[in-house]
Amino acid sequence: MTHIVTDNCRACRFTQCVSVCPVECFHVGEDMLYIDPELCIDCGGCIPVCPVNAIYDTVAMPEEHAPWIAINKQKSAELPVISAAMDPMPGAEDKRAALGL
Amino acid sequence: MPQKRTFAVAVVGAGPSGFYAAEALLRASDDISVWMFEKLPVPYGLVRYGVAPDHPKLKAVTAVFDRIAGMDGFHFCGNVEIGRDVSVAAIQEHFHAVIFAHGPASGAELGIPGEDLPGSHTAHAFVAWYNGHPDYRDLTVDLRTEAAAVIGNGNVALDVARILAKPIDELRKTDIADHALEVLAESQIRDIHVIGRRGPAQVNFVSKELREFSETEGFRSIVDPADMDLGVACKEELEDTGAGDLRLCAELLGGFVHSSQKAPRTCHFHFHQMPVAITGDARARVLKLRLNKLIGSAFAQRAVQTNEAFDLSCGLVVSSVGYKPALLEPLALARDGRHLDHANGRLVENGTVLTGLYVTGWAKRGPNGTIGTNRGDSQETVATLLTDKPMLAANSRQNAASLLEKLRPQMVTYDDWLAIDAREKTNGAKSGRPRVKLTSRSMMLSVHNMLVQPTL
Repeated sequence: MTHIVTDNCRACRFTQCVSVCPVECFHVGEDMLYIDPELCIDCGGCIPVCPVNAIYDTVAMPEEHAPWIAINKQKSAELPVISAAMDPMPGAEDKRAALGL
Repeated sequence: MPQKRTFAVAVVGAGPSGFYAAEALLRASDDISVWMFEKLPVPYGLVRYGVAPDHPKLKAVTAVFDRIAGMDGFHFCGNVEIGRDVSVAAIQEHFHAVIFAHGPASGAELGIPGEDLPGSHTAHAFVAWYNGHPDYRDLTVDLRTEAAAVIGNGNVALDVARILAKPIDELRKTDIADHALEVLAESQIRDIHVIGRRGPAQVNFVSKELREFSETEGFRSIVDPADMDLGVACKEELEDTGAGDLRLCAELLGGFVHSSQKAPRTCHFHFHQMPVAITGDARARVLKLRLNKLIGSAFAQRAVQTNEAFDLSCGLVVSSVGYKPALLEPLALARDGRHLDHANGRLVENGTVLTGLYVTGWAKRGPNGTIGTNRGDSQETVATLLTDKPMLAANSRQNAASLLEKLRPQMVTYDDWLAIDAREKTNGAKSGRPRVKLTSRSMMLSVHNMLVQPTL
């Protein structure tokens, strides 16, 4: 069991999750974030603060997100840690609106 | 060459918000030193004494606190209580800034007759008791009763209900206090009643915590189907896009309606009920309740008492309805009484900023959020402090070293804590537990080597 970032984060990268993560387990990629499953302590604090509902607890995720477990694991191992929130990507608000959120 | 650390900040309290404040300060500038004062000889605050013993993964956050404690410029001053051993005024005179991260003082009361009877506890005290907090180890908890009531619909109420419901062998694998394990092993409790004044659409549970009630072996959970018959306004609230987790909670609670599983203990979730009194002779025997109804439109519903009254026989009542902030002279409460009065993290009294005094964590915003909420919160307070830093640095200060010198004989360092930590883990390993906590100050201090002195 862990938490994962899924497709809704792509091209948004709002990073509110980063400032509430107690263990700095978010890693930053070109257009989205990933969670290091080894470090995540399953506190769940990031889920409600994500403006685009991109984060799931793997025990309660819709089936179609299952591939993101391996992606988060792999990408977090390759990419640097993000320790402070940063500005969302340009167009993040548009994507959020397009998602109906 | 690192710059000399000329700007000294005192952090009051060694819980999550205190550690995250220390981290933000030490990352911000290499001329800052942090002195973390903790009234107990041991750090971690809520993580050690609040987080439930059967949630070990959450406690792994202490590795982050240990990393912060290892940062250059960090000093731990355990076993020193601000307001008792040192006044706020004295600490203010010796440090450029003080951040209060001292959390709550005690649990909020229900404010009903009979609340002071033996067998009635606040969740704050009950949780601190089973987690081995030195100030609560002598709490008299009597579980020779068949029914317990837990009042409140937050995650702390779930922790209390779960600890009362779980089979003792499950708890034996945890770091729950030995004295609590002994009492829980003799528990005669069969029924645990979790009571909320509003409905399933207004719970403050997190679905993740509630799910443990549907997946845990050894006890079952049930809900009266009538309570799940939601009105129009409740349905509207649950359909809101921001109510995703509440919907999950309502689904889980709905699943408890048809529980047919047999188990030695049952956890009953009751809604729309208001406790009005606890009665009994020498101890709590009966919880007197009134039925509530919800009135008002969606998102503005409130619970109103009806005349329908009924009694619940229970020998244990644990009220989990909030916390009271810890007040220290000259700190003042905000108007709502739920946290200290502040503006952007600067402490305020009667509308005037108390120069150099700051607040973070529960003391700042009341008891809410997850452990990590304190990280963002402390970063905000530290950002405010850093704006004031040039002004504060210009104020003349007495050297902190003189004050620390006086406190040195009683002070517990982080190395001392690590020795206590090692002792607890060794004791735990003998019985296959993560640790066996030392639960009194004297036991903790016997490990602390008084000869190890902090370097200034």
